[in-house]
Amino acid sequence: MDYVIEMLDVSKKFGTFYANDHITLQLEKGEIHALLGENGAGKSTLMNVLFGLYQPDGGEIRVRGEKVAITDPNVANDLGIGMVHQHFMLVENLTVTENIILGSEPTKSGVINIKDSAKKIAEISKTYGLDVDPYAKIEDISVGMQQRVEILKTLYRGADILIFDEPTASLTPQEIEELLNIMRKLVAEGKSIILITHKLQEIMNVSDKCTVIRKGKGIGTVITAETNPEELATLMVGRQVTFKTEKGPSHPTEEILKIEDLYVNDYRGVAKLKGLNLTVRRGEIVGIAGIDGNGQSELIESITGLAKVKSGKILLNGEDIANKKPRKITEAGLGHIPQDRHKHGLILDFSVGYNAALQSYYHEPFSKNGLMNYKVVNEEAEKLIQEYDVRTQGVHEPARALSGGNQQKLIIGREVTRNPDLLIAALPTRGLDVGAIEFIHRRLIEQRDSGKAVLLITFELDEVMNVSDRISVIYDGAIVGTVIPQETTEQALGLMMAGHSKDTAMKEQAAAGKDGDEHHVE
Amino acid sequence: MNIMSNRMINILVPVISIVLGLIVGAIVMWVSGYSPVTGYSALWNGIFGDSYAIGETIRQISPYILAGLAVAFAFRTGLFNIGVEGQLIVGWFAAAYVGMAFELPKIIHLPLALLAAAAAGAFWAFIPGILRATLKVHEVIVTIMMNYIALHVVNALIKTLSGGGFKLERIHQSASLRSDFLSNLTDFSTLHYGIFVALAMVVVMWFILEKTKTGFELKSVGFNDHASRYAGMSVNKNIVLAMVISGAFAGLGGAMEALGTFGNMSSMGGFTGIGFDGIAVALLGANTPLGVIFGATLFGSLKYGANNMPNAAGIPVEIVSIIIALVIFFVACGYIIRIGLIRLRKNKEAK
Repeated sequence: MDYVIEMLDVSKKFGTFYANDHITLQLEKGEIHALLGENGAGKSTLMNVLFGLYQPDGGEIRVRGEKVAITDPNVANDLGIGMVHQHFMLVENLTVTENIILGSEPTKSGVINIKDSAKKIAEISKTYGLDVDPYAKIEDISVGMQQRVEILKTLYRGADILIFDEPTASLTPQEIEELLNIMRKLVAEGKSIILITHKLQEIMNVSDKCTVIRKGKGIGTVITAETNPEELATLMVGRQVTFKTEKGPSHPTEEILKIEDLYVNDYRGVAKLKGLNLTVRRGEIVGIAGIDGNGQSELIESITGLAKVKSGKILLNGEDIANKKPRKITEAGLGHIPQDRHKHGLILDFSVGYNAALQSYYHEPFSKNGLMNYKVVNEEAEKLIQEYDVRTQGVHEPARALSGGNQQKLIIGREVTRNPDLLIAALPTRGLDVGAIEFIHRRLIEQRDSGKAVLLITFELDEVMNVSDRISVIYDGAIVGTVIPQETTEQALGLMMAGHSKDTAMKEQAAAGKDGDEHHVE
Repeated sequence: MNIMSNRMINILVPVISIVLGLIVGAIVMWVSGYSPVTGYSALWNGIFGDSYAIGETIRQISPYILAGLAVAFAFRTGLFNIGVEGQLIVGWFAAAYVGMAFELPKIIHLPLALLAAAAAGAFWAFIPGILRATLKVHEVIVTIMMNYIALHVVNALIKTLSGGGFKLERIHQSASLRSDFLSNLTDFSTLHYGIFVALAMVVVMWFILEKTKTGFELKSVGFNDHASRYAGMSVNKNIVLAMVISGAFAGLGGAMEALGTFGNMSSMGGFTGIGFDGIAVALLGANTPLGVIFGATLFGSLKYGANNMPNAAGIPVEIVSIIIALVIFFVACGYIIRIGLIRLRKNKEAK
């Protein structure tokens, strides 16, 4: 076997805790090898060992058959190992070329030689179909492009073993598809790739092999072609995971939320919502599908009272809440899981207990006559932690110390406990692993089944298809159509998300379906 | 067994910082040709030498506590109140004016004078607060400018009220914080009841932050104003409120000088510096009420005790200032020492 990297029986301890407990990972030349595990399973630790950021406490690492000691990232670089980080390390107001050469600027008689570098970058970019403009400024290009710059950076420095750390976390569906193509192209040109992820679909799509780790232990390596997502999920979580979110038919009754002809401008005065209409009824989950930036944020912010409504009505239980104060709206029966849990959902420096009381601290029994009753606050938080399975060392632990999934459970617990008539869930599963996603979807459906209304805003197509009872597609500040998930396809949704009307999308879909049938007959 | 606990590190850090500061200070003295031993014994005697010195030191600490509380309180809501100096000056003036202009029974007069000082400071801080909340004008700029306005307005008022003179009349005995009892206890120092006012305010700050609903909101806004807005809190209201309470603490700091130490107010050539030192006091105390006591004690003791160094040890005022600054510098660098200690602990654990 021709292995480019072998991590044999590698262990890494923090104190008495084994973050990596005798894990073996073998990467063949020219393959895409997925590294799968839940958040906190030890994937990043293992890769940081490989990249020289941590020193292993046991085991050995071989690169191209030779035993090596990777003492720091420079050694990793020299060995041809490059890492594409989840959070990009780019200087916003420098150009692509400047970012790539940063730290090892080539000079010509003391002056930085941008031109030659740019040429070289353009060549690499062409070879791998990256399509990056070397002179573009980072702040002007999309997130997907910025990621390609990160890839270019490693290639420019001569890496032929690339580690991708959760590369699709912040990409749109189209960008994900393009990235997967780039990865295929890279291995076709002889590079080898380790893909860290917890998204099973990507693994099935692109990888050759998959090594699963769970709670720091290596569970095993499987050949992708011989497995299926269900098996991978079971390996990763350690128990059966239901994928298709199980739910019965919805029984919608009266309207809870009715938005009529809503117009909203963003802070620069640019129109973002242009006559949006939407209804959500008791006992149903309405999904908002759409590409980021088509007015989703403004829709959420205008319902929650954070954005100023220019005109139109937002009726919650028949009462117009447009331009009301956020707390008035909350009290009128709104719960809200914000899209950015760090910025809007939690106060990270506050304890878990304080965060649990963030929406209810101001009334009894949490406070009385202006005085807080922290005993009650913590007792109630204790209950919430139990009920929503928030894994934490206790109510006094700062929210910052929790993993993403547990932070999200805490927020959902807080919002659902208040028993709101309408729950807005904005990107509720972003960055979470399958276990947490399953939990959150189940909670949303429970809300629906207990006769509440749920408005789900997401960029993930399978989430919107699986969880919603109706899907309204948003494009350029208005709803272009509302469909029933069982009666539509991802392709039709994709067309509507690009601005096609429901009728055209359905027609094209029908035509495409017919073509497909004919091919099938042949 | 000998692994350091976090609590122990918390105690060790300031102690090591002060010792390091004193060592470097000793080097400075030695290089400049003065005996560090004489110098430091003069400093020690200046702070703790006799009951008189102790009384004066405590007297000096009182306004520092209040200035420190003022800065720390604003910090906790995410605001940088550099205007404590100005708020303290208007507080000083308000207390001195009420103290001299009215004749009332002590039980009314003294509280009234204190209240006037707090209200004046609060008002002076309200202006930058409301500007920040409504027009997004940064409070740092406004508070700095308000310091100058305070200084010159108060000087002008003193001139007018004293008919062209340079100081206000002395306050009536009924508004004074002076205490024969405390004075006798400390060999006729100027120690006054102000220290109790300051300590009471430490409790007040702790109570507001840790026990009240308002405190919950203030801290919440300080940590993350976005999430606070999401949770339905009024960020603007809390900004104004934090500035007003901060200003009230600062104003009371001025009352210490008006009703206790000086008993009147003279027109000033420049800032008192207490308000600015309050920033360092708050930072040294990590913006907690108890920490402010520690910071103010350090500042007050060094400030007062150092006065003795030129007299008793013949060390020039400039060198004394350098030494004081060095001690404070090292205490402010406590973070580095903390990291050092934690690393030491790790090494021990590894063994």
